[in-house]
Amino acid sequence: MAKLKKSPWLLHYDGSSCNGCDIEVLAALTPVYDAERFGVMNTGDPLQADIFLITGGINTQNKDVVKQLYDQMPRPKVVVAVGVCACTGGVFKDCYNILGGADSVIPVDIYVPGCAARPQAIIDGVVQAVELLEKRSEEHKAMKKNKKKGA
Amino acid sequence: MNMILRIVGYIVLAPIIGGLLEGIDRKISAKMQRRVGPPILQPFYDVKKLFNKQVILVSRSQTFALISYLALMILTGAMFYAGMDILMCFFVMSTAATALYFAAMVTSSPYATMGANRELIQMMAYEPAVLLSCVGFYLAEGTFNVNEIAGSGKLDIIFLPGFFVAFVFILTIKMRKSPFDIATSHHMHQELVKGLTTEMGARNLAIFQVTEWYENVFLMGVVGLFFINGSYISVIYAIVAILLVYFLEILIDNTSARMKWENMLKITWIVTLFTAGVNLLVLMLVRVA
Amino acid sequence: MNIIPFLILFPFVMAVLMFCIRPNKVRNAIAYIGATVIMGGSFFLMGQWIMGGCKPIQLYYETHYADMAILCAEIILMIVVTFLCFKYKKYWVSILTIVPTCMMAYLELFGPKTAEIAHIYIDHLSILMCLIVGVIGALIVIYAVGYMHGYHHHHTDIEDRRYYFFTLLFLFLGAMFGFVLSESLLWIDFFWELTSVCSFLLIGYTRESIAITNSFRALWMNLLGGAALAIGIMYFTFTERNVSLHYLVKECMAGNNFAIIPVALIAFAALTKAAQLPFSTWLIGAMVAPTPSSALLHSATMVKAGIYVLFRLAPAMSGTITGNMIAFIGGFTFLITSVMAIAQSDGKKVLAFSTISNLGLMVACAGMGRPETIWAGVFLMIFHAISKSLLFQDVGATENALHSRDIEDMHGLLYILPRLATFMFIGIAGMFLAPFGMLIAKWSAFKASVDSGNIIMVFFIAFGSATTSFYWTKWMGKLVSHTHLTEEKVKDITKKNEIISLTIHAILMVLLCALFPLLSKVYVDPLLAEMFGKSSEVLPQSLLYMLVVIILFVFAVPAIAFKFSRTQQFNRKLSYMNGVNTGENKAFTDSMGEAKTLWLSNYYFYKMIGQRKLMLPSQMFAIAVLIVMMIMVIGGAA
Repeated sequence: MAKLKKSPWLLHYDGSSCNGCDIEVLAALTPVYDAERFGVMNTGDPLQADIFLITGGINTQNKDVVKQLYDQMPRPKVVVAVGVCACTGGVFKDCYNILGGADSVIPVDIYVPGCAARPQAIIDGVVQAVELLEKRSEEHKAMKKNKKKGA
Repeated sequence: MNMILRIVGYIVLAPIIGGLLEGIDRKISAKMQRRVGPPILQPFYDVKKLFNKQVILVSRSQTFALISYLALMILTGAMFYAGMDILMCFFVMSTAATALYFAAMVTSSPYATMGANRELIQMMAYEPAVLLSCVGFYLAEGTFNVNEIAGSGKLDIIFLPGFFVAFVFILTIKMRKSPFDIATSHHMHQELVKGLTTEMGARNLAIFQVTEWYENVFLMGVVGLFFINGSYISVIYAIVAILLVYFLEILIDNTSARMKWENMLKITWIVTLFTAGVNLLVLMLVRVA
Repeated sequence: MNIIPFLILFPFVMAVLMFCIRPNKVRNAIAYIGATVIMGGSFFLMGQWIMGGCKPIQLYYETHYADMAILCAEIILMIVVTFLCFKYKKYWVSILTIVPTCMMAYLELFGPKTAEIAHIYIDHLSILMCLIVGVIGALIVIYAVGYMHGYHHHHTDIEDRRYYFFTLLFLFLGAMFGFVLSESLLWIDFFWELTSVCSFLLIGYTRESIAITNSFRALWMNLLGGAALAIGIMYFTFTERNVSLHYLVKECMAGNNFAIIPVALIAFAALTKAAQLPFSTWLIGAMVAPTPSSALLHSATMVKAGIYVLFRLAPAMSGTITGNMIAFIGGFTFLITSVMAIAQSDGKKVLAFSTISNLGLMVACAGMGRPETIWAGVFLMIFHAISKSLLFQDVGATENALHSRDIEDMHGLLYILPRLATFMFIGIAGMFLAPFGMLIAKWSAFKASVDSGNIIMVFFIAFGSATTSFYWTKWMGKLVSHTHLTEEKVKDITKKNEIISLTIHAILMVLLCALFPLLSKVYVDPLLAEMFGKSSEVLPQSLLYMLVVIILFVFAVPAIAFKFSRTQQFNRKLSYMNGVNTGENKAFTDSMGEAKTLWLSNYYFYKMIGQRKLMLPSQMFAIAVLIVMMIMVIGGAA
């Protein structure tokens, strides 16, 4: 299903980050890098998103939010943790309120390291996410077929 | 026979043309921002993707309302291209718009409700201009029938410049372009998220998108009607006019920021009153004399 | 044709019975029977008239005793009103009843010898009015039995005077029949006053101070109209020695100067009855009355009396200053009150404003006085009568269950009170959505105002329909919204008789929508032929086919879509609240970590376009227009 590859829509969530990675994420979406030429769109709505970009670590307050947003996205979906905080918790790891990286609450597929992660790295992560998305959608299609057969 | 052909033609071709127009729109917008932009077929990729995703719903009734929206919009366009009564077309269109409003309201979600309320205000803003345009056609041609208007041999734009301006003005609202994209913002991270379409995911969003294409093709047809007089050369005029109008909308979209709804309502009504009003006055006087 | 005196007198007999019988159960049973008989009677009248070939029928040339009886009744009416005026210290209002009554009495006893005329006139228009009054009136009486039971159950502070209430309802029905069937202007005047007084007494039913204030406002405005009517009749009688309504119209069409002034005065009276600006406030104040009386008097039937008179006068007014005045006032009212309706959140108030607004459109149609506009006006009247009666009853029933009639509280009504919400939905859809007849009537009015070169009407209609759809659509949106915010369980306590009435209304509504083209052909076209002397096809054939397609489509598509949406497989997701939805779509977690319930509200703009802000200026404007126009009419004729 090549179509999904051509139209990955992002949802960007800012966890307890220092905003460094967020600026880079937005930079990657500016006309300079022109992510739209790959069909990438930054949507604010989880119900319409395919790829979940998380920056910053997970703390006690936002863990439910991240879970809910992840849950609201329709399958197939991919999660990308951007920046070292989202990957592991980073420098905040030992803070009293930090639970760790994004994978402490939801399954993360792609890790994009860096402090802050560079736009090139982010785009690379998204490209990998798109590959994965394609694989997932094949699985999703097969699953739907099986279900139909079973029913 | 010809009529059925045109109806089928609309039903089959409208989404293709509408999608292509949107693709070109996005490409031109990108060029205006000095970007490469997505491929022209990008809208089709998007819709295909949305159809293939897992079916998710916030409320079951939303699909029901959206399918009604789609069907009524197709009926509107089919009636128009079949050459029926133009005023009735717009009445059915407003019923379709009501169905869309319900699709957003049923979810009772804060953002969708906000978008839906604004959509209602938009409807109130554009309706007079739409109705008055129909009156304009009636004054120029003596009929509401689209076939007769199109085949009359008169070039309507000469009689109806004011109505044309009013209609193009409200097209910005109907096409959800800045500065009047107040019901559904098409850029992320705004106070109303995705407005009207916030709770539409996957397949529902695809239905919405396709309906918008049908709607745009219908509206462009109305723009064309101002130029068509039955001869073949006028069809070329009409197509050129449609493309110019579309380009104008893209230009406006890319050069202006979103307005508050109060201003939108005021400006739209004033423009309608002045352009359509003066035009109407002149036409009526000419008619009496 | 003995059915006619029966139809007029039977309700009066019923009224006496209602007054005398105090046990509720017995009285209710008799009320049912009476209502059924009235409904049957109006059908019987129509049947007889159709058997007779649908020709206009004129009856009762010699009516000395009836005239005297009516005179006596009129004097009694005057005494009652004067007594009440003095009781509540509104002395000056009594002048408005004493003077016209004395004028009528003088005319009857010492006036000039008038030509021999028929006192009863039956044609398409009066039969239509009879059906509206008979069917809708009877249904409302049936509904009222259940409603008043619940009403007094909840409002224990109000004295239970149901016998009085039903007396007035039946009295009113009799007056309405008399009004629409009469040809003699003297009779018309009496029945006119009677409906005004019934309305006055019903508004004051609760005897609360606000009810009394509002009832007197309704009284003086309606009596003012009645006075204008009396002056018009007097003038016409003295100049032409005739008291026939049809003669008046014919004379005016023939260009008789003496007929122009009475027509203008009667049209003015009709404006007060139809609650047009500047007289709109009485109808809004009338909403304090119990719902059945609002439904019966203030939307479905009594205000239609004004429209009926205007339709009768329409051929005479077409193209004259009077006609332009009426059309302008109507169009202006249509636009301004629909704007004011946006600012209302009280369900009954919205209905009141929309009633005035729709009446305005009908008045404008009558004022333009062309066959197309009358065609549109007749359909507006039919649809409006049914859907408003349905809506009023439904809001009343909803209020009994919900203890509120605020539209904001009706959030998600479709899931709380599904039956009532469905009826409400049908009623509202009938008011403005395709394919219901209201829309096609608007189409016709639009076309006619362009044809007659009435620019200002074109604008009134174009902007007025935009604002009209706005307030209806936002109400509908409230009904379908999903999550219901009320914590406590709401019980549907609607009585069976209320449901019967509502169901019949809803069925009528849908039937009318489907049979609309047929009705136009077999009934309304002949009506126009009768009125204008030539038959004309208002609805083009092509439009007819289109209507059928739209009707099929609008009913079939949602049905199929509904079926589809029920069978599909899907995953339910929470609605988007920035990830802090608490899990039930009706609350979110606030920054203190606590659940906060959502409150979703519609737009009302009450600060910008509220009644307080707009009512007075528009009344002033309307008064100025009326005065100028009246001077022009009278000056032009004299």
